[in-house]
This record gives sequence, C-alpha cells and structure tokens, in this order.
Amino acid sequence: MPLFKLGTTHIPHRKNTADSMPLRMPPPAEVLIPMVQHIGAPAAPTVKEGDFVYLGQKIGEAGSYVSAPIHSSVSGTVKKLETLMRTDGRTVPAIRIASDGLMTPDPSITVPVPTDFESFSAAVRESGAVGLGGAGFPTSVKLDAEKKGLIRTVIINGAECEPYITSDTQTMLNDGADIYDGMMLLKRFISAEEFFIGIEKNKPKCIEKMRMLFAEEENADVSVVALPSTYPQGGEKILIYNLTGREVPEGKLPADVGCLVLNVTTLAFIGRYFRTGMPLVEKCVTVDGSAVLHPKNLIVPIGTPIDAVFEYAGGVSEDLGKVLYGGPMMGLAICKTSDPILKTTNAITALKAKDALPKPTTPCIHCGRCVAACPMRLNPTQFSKALRLPADDMMELLKSTKLGLCIECGCCSFVCPAGRPLVENNRIAKAKFKAHLSANPVAVKNQKA
Amino acid sequence: MNKLIVSSSPHIRSSLTTQRIMLDVLIALLPTTVASIVLFRLKALWLILTCCLTALATEALFQLIAKREQTITDGSALVTGLLLALSLHANVPLWQAAVGTAFAIAVVKLCFGGLGKNFANPALTGRIFMLIAFAEAAGGAYSHKTVLNNSASVIETMATPLNKINEASAKYLPPLKDMFLGTGNCGGAIGEVCSLALLIGFAYLMIRRVISWHTPVTVVGTVFVLSWILTGRIDFALYHVLGGGLLLAAIFMATDYVTTPINKTGKLVFGFGCGLITVLIRFFGAYPEGISFAILFMNILTPYIEKWTAARPLGAKKGGAKK
Repeated sequence: MPLFKLGTTHIPHRKNTADSMPLRMPPPAEVLIPMVQHIGAPAAPTVKEGDFVYLGQKIGEAGSYVSAPIHSSVSGTVKKLETLMRTDGRTVPAIRIASDGLMTPDPSITVPVPTDFESFSAAVRESGAVGLGGAGFPTSVKLDAEKKGLIRTVIINGAECEPYITSDTQTMLNDGADIYDGMMLLKRFISAEEFFIGIEKNKPKCIEKMRMLFAEEENADVSVVALPSTYPQGGEKILIYNLTGREVPEGKLPADVGCLVLNVTTLAFIGRYFRTGMPLVEKCVTVDGSAVLHPKNLIVPIGTPIDAVFEYAGGVSEDLGKVLYGGPMMGLAICKTSDPILKTTNAITALKAKDALPKPTTPCIHCGRCVAACPMRLNPTQFSKALRLPADDMMELLKSTKLGLCIECGCCSFVCPAGRPLVENNRIAKAKFKAHLSANPVAVKNQKA
Repeated sequence: MNKLIVSSSPHIRSSLTTQRIMLDVLIALLPTTVASIVLFRLKALWLILTCCLTALATEALFQLIAKREQTITDGSALVTGLLLALSLHANVPLWQAAVGTAFAIAVVKLCFGGLGKNFANPALTGRIFMLIAFAEAAGGAYSHKTVLNNSASVIETMATPLNKINEASAKYLPPLKDMFLGTGNCGGAIGEVCSLALLIGFAYLMIRRVISWHTPVTVVGTVFVLSWILTGRIDFALYHVLGGGLLLAAIFMATDYVTTPINKTGKLVFGFGCGLITVLIRFFGAYPEGISFAILFMNILTPYIEKWTAARPLGAKKGGAKK
C-alpha cells in the first residue's frame, strides 16, 4: 500500500458511451496498415503489390527484438506499399489493402498450444500483441522479464481514467471469458505471487463483474481493487504506486520493481488468441467528443480510415475542429481524417472547433495548482523556467528537477488558471535535453559515473 | 473538408482563470469591506475608493507609458488597492493613501515585471512604505468610536490593544467579544477590527479552493502558541490573534500566490516563520504589531524555502530532488 497520497486531478469523466455495447463495423473498402503501431523498430513488409491476403495473415515481420509483427485486418488484395506521414512528422511504411468484403480468415491459422513459458511468450509475440492502453509496448518483451525471474506482481490496468473512453469498460463487461482465460494463462506461465485488477470507482459494474469472475477459492491471489476516480489513475507508475507502494526509479521499467502491467484489453486479447489463434486485427474503439453526433463503441478492423469510422458511427458535426487518437488528456491530434485506426487506438475523440481552441495565456501567478496536481510530485514551473535559461544552466536545472520523470499526463496544463502550456513545455524541454545529451556524449559518460 | 487544429495534449482545460481567482479574492474581502464601512462609515468608504481607483489608474498609466499590454481587467490591481485600504486606519489622509497605493502598484509590482513577477506582496509593502514615510499612518489604531466622535481638532489616538497586554494593564483591554466583532472601543485598521468578517472570507476562499489552510493556520497557530507560552495566559494569546491585523494578513497577505512558497511543506514553513517573527517583533521589538514585517521578510526567503522543501519526486533517489 502506498505511503503518501499522490497528486490527482478531478477532470470531467464524460463516459457517455459506458452503456453502449460495441457494434461490429463491416470491413471498409480499403484499409491502410502502418508498419509501426508499437514502440520499437518498424515491422518489415512481407507482401508485395497484387498479393492476395487473408484476414489475419502476417503482412509485416517484427523488425527487431523490441517490435511486433503486423497482420492483415481484412481479406483482399494488396493495392500499394506506401508511406504514411504521422502527426509527429515521422514517415512510416504502410500497406494499403483493398478489401474483398468477405473477411476470409487465413486457413493456416492454428490455435497455439503453449507448454512452457518460452512457447507462451513466442505465441504472444506472433499474435502481434502490444500494450493496447495506448502506449503500444510489445507485450512479449514485457513478459520476458519473467525469464530473469523479476515478476512478483501482475497488475491488470482497468482504470480507464481518460475522459470519454469506455472501450476497456466494454471489454470488462462483455469479454469476461477472455479476461478469465488470459488471467489463467498468466497464472500458469508467470511466477508472480499476487495479481491485481485496478478499476476506477466510476465503473461499479466492471468491479462487480471482475469480482464475480475471480471469486473462486483458487483465485484468492487475484484481487480486484476499486481505485479513486481521479486522473491519472491509470498511469503505469501511478497505478504501481497506488497498488503496491513501490516507486519505479527514474529511467527504469516496471519490471525493475517486480511488476508486470498489462491493460485489461491486452489481457482479454491474449485470452482470446489462445482460444482462436486469430492475431490482433481489430480494436474496440470509443467514438465520442463534442463533434460526434452519435457517440458509440465500435469494433473496427485495424487500418480502417477514421473517415469511414465517423461515417459508420453516424457522422460528425459541421464545425469539426480537432480529431484525436485517444482521449482529450493525452490523445494525439491528427492532421487528416484519412489516417487509419491503429492497434493502440482505444478511442477517436472529435471536438468542435470552439472546444479545440487553446485557453488564452496569462502570466504565471505561482498559485501552485500544477505542483499540487502533479502525480509525480514534480514542479512543472521549474521546467518552463529552465527553458528560458542558457543551455548549460537549462540542462543543470532540468536534471536536478527530474524532468525525465514527467509522464506527460497533462494535469498541470489542465489545472493552470493562467492557461500556460506546462506539459507542452516539458515536451520541448525533453527534446532539448535529448539533443543536448546526444551532442555531448562526454557529459553523458560523466553523468553516469 | 475542414482544416483540423493540431496541438499538443491536453486538449481540454479547466475553466478556472486568473481573473476568476482575483474575483474570488474580492468576494472574500466583501464582508470585511462591508464591516469596515459599517463601522467607520464614510471615512472607510473614501479610503477604499481612493486606494482602489489609484491602484487601477496607476497600473493603466504605467502600462500606457511603458507601452505594455493593459492588464487592469485581470483584477489583481483591484485586489492590491482594496487590501491596502483595508490595512490602513481610518484617519490616514487620503493623499497619503493614494501615494502609498501608487508606490505599491508602480514600484513593488510593475517595476518587477507586473503580475506574477514581484517578490514582495504589493499591498503589504505599500503599507510598510507608508508606515515609514508618514507619521500619521504609523501613528496608531483608532477605534470606530474614536473616529466617528472626534472633530478634526481633537484627534485622540489610542494605541492598538496589543500594547496593553500585560497583567498590570489588562483591565484596559476591550472585551474579547468586541475584538471579534470590531464593536466597542477596539482600534485598528479599518479591515482588521472585525475578525468575524475576515473568517467568513477565509471560509469562502477555502470552499472555492482558492487558498489552502496551510499558511493561515500555521501563522495564527504559531502566534497563538508562542504568545500563550510567553504571557502564560490563554486570553492574552487570543488578543494577540485577534489584534494587530494578524487575521487580515494571515488570510489575505500570507496566502498571496506570487510571493509565497508554491508547495505545501513550504507553506507550512512560511507560515511558521511569519508567526515566529511576528511574536518576536511584538514582544521584543519596537512595533506593537509586526505581521507586515514578518511577511515581507518571509517573502524574501520564499525562493529558498521552496528549494529546501521541494518534494522528492516519485521515483527519484532519496535526497536527489534538492538542488
């Protein structure tokens, strides 16, 4: 249990779609499947123009250890191997596939039968599973901490603290069997002593459902924990601290404090994969926001253009101003609605132009709301101050004030009455810090020593 | 198709603005303002109007001359003017109040870069400037009875009750009830005599979450405990809390965002320091009150307090956060 209460922020929940059973969207005419939908190296395309592909057929091979394979989300013909420019300016290879509308599954798909940890991890790797909460870290790489005997605690993240998003809620309400199967696999192959499922209190139905699911005697090591409904409860480091009291040190991973954290939808996917053998080709996506006319949850083939999703969901308002991958606190704004749904897309948030404009900025009045809100106990004003200093002093201050620990949850910017771009400045500062380190390798060496 | 707005997250913001915070402070000062006008009548009204209008005019004029963006609408100048007026006694000549306010706004606030950049509280420093510059401002505390009954020729000054707190003169002290309500013959600045009104303002600020309890409670707590120890009597300690503008300063000046520590531990240290210095000045110094100087001194220490009390970030090495 945690020693101290961390800073949190009360943000509007806006869970309008909490009771919206996800509808399965029919295959679109075309999908565009990027080779990077995860943290790590891009996958290498294994098909060429004109090839026929089945639903679930592998079309991209994992590019390195930290990477994930990519599968076709429809059956049809490879139309083009192209490049896609993402919002961050990075271009990634992508495969455009024209759907034949039949969704014929790959006949070579077999149900994996894991016998030991090695075969379990290998199968998870082949499934294309990545962290479905939004970060997209390859799941098998996370699991491999087991090989070093590091994992003592497994945490299933069902907090879903972002406004609007209810796709994890739907998973918990409707895919109990998948979650149960996934949990049994983890219990069989991961030598952890305790298993937590953390869910925010604003989802009482999910909490009840999960408690019923793991009520038997043999699941006494699984505890379903009701967490306060405050943002960012689902942040990995926050969740670990609130459930176990352990702090993930700067620059380390959850495995370093004995934790494996999986999103509840990732877990459900693993459970389903070992029953059907169908790789990660579709995603439950919440479509909501002030510009969405009929908010709902949809199950969408990966690679479906956001345009098509909007159309199927019932359209968006005329004065559409902003479209996000994810929710409004940490979501990524996109430039064009022809961009595809990704493995990591748990929501598409569309805002009207009037809701998309930034708040006017006035001088910092040193009110301390950002400091009180920061879950990592940082002082965001220091980072913004550092940006105005000469390079060396800037780096010194950024280092001593622990910029590296910022999880970019956005609480500081949200609460700031002066509308200051605090977390935005942190991102700039992080980029400058990284550039400084790569330009001064000697400094890095000294710093480590 | 519409052009999409692309920006860095978060994409939603709280509706709170600086202007709204300043409005809340003004609302919290309303009971005190009303009480001062009820007790001191027109004298208080003219004083308040003078200070508020001077504050706004000084800021507007300064920014016009300095070719800076006009910011009088953010409400901070009004807060400074009102606070300064409430911390003066009723017989201060209006021209002196105007000079003091102009000093507070032009020198203490705008010369340092305006809202958010000043290191000392403008209202409080303006008051200290007046204490030093004008004998009348420092002259003492008038009760509302003195003020309303006197004619211009007979100014009966009555020292703030704090001078009388000892066993020998205890019988001259006004009853505690009068100290709390500002009635009877207890003297002081127009905004400090009615403790009840100040506490209503404090409650409002707490409910609106404009301030936290940390600073005011430690300031008042420290003064109460130390003066109880030093005098040995709990009722004397209460006089120390209710008199000398302690509540006005603890609630509205020691909680000024700009000039006090940003973190909770820092606020506790700041509050304790203010209380300690106040007691030292009151018991061993020349001035009967002392909270103004205590806060000004702690304002100067604020950056250091922040540095020393910075929280250890989650996941940072023990002792690694300070530097």
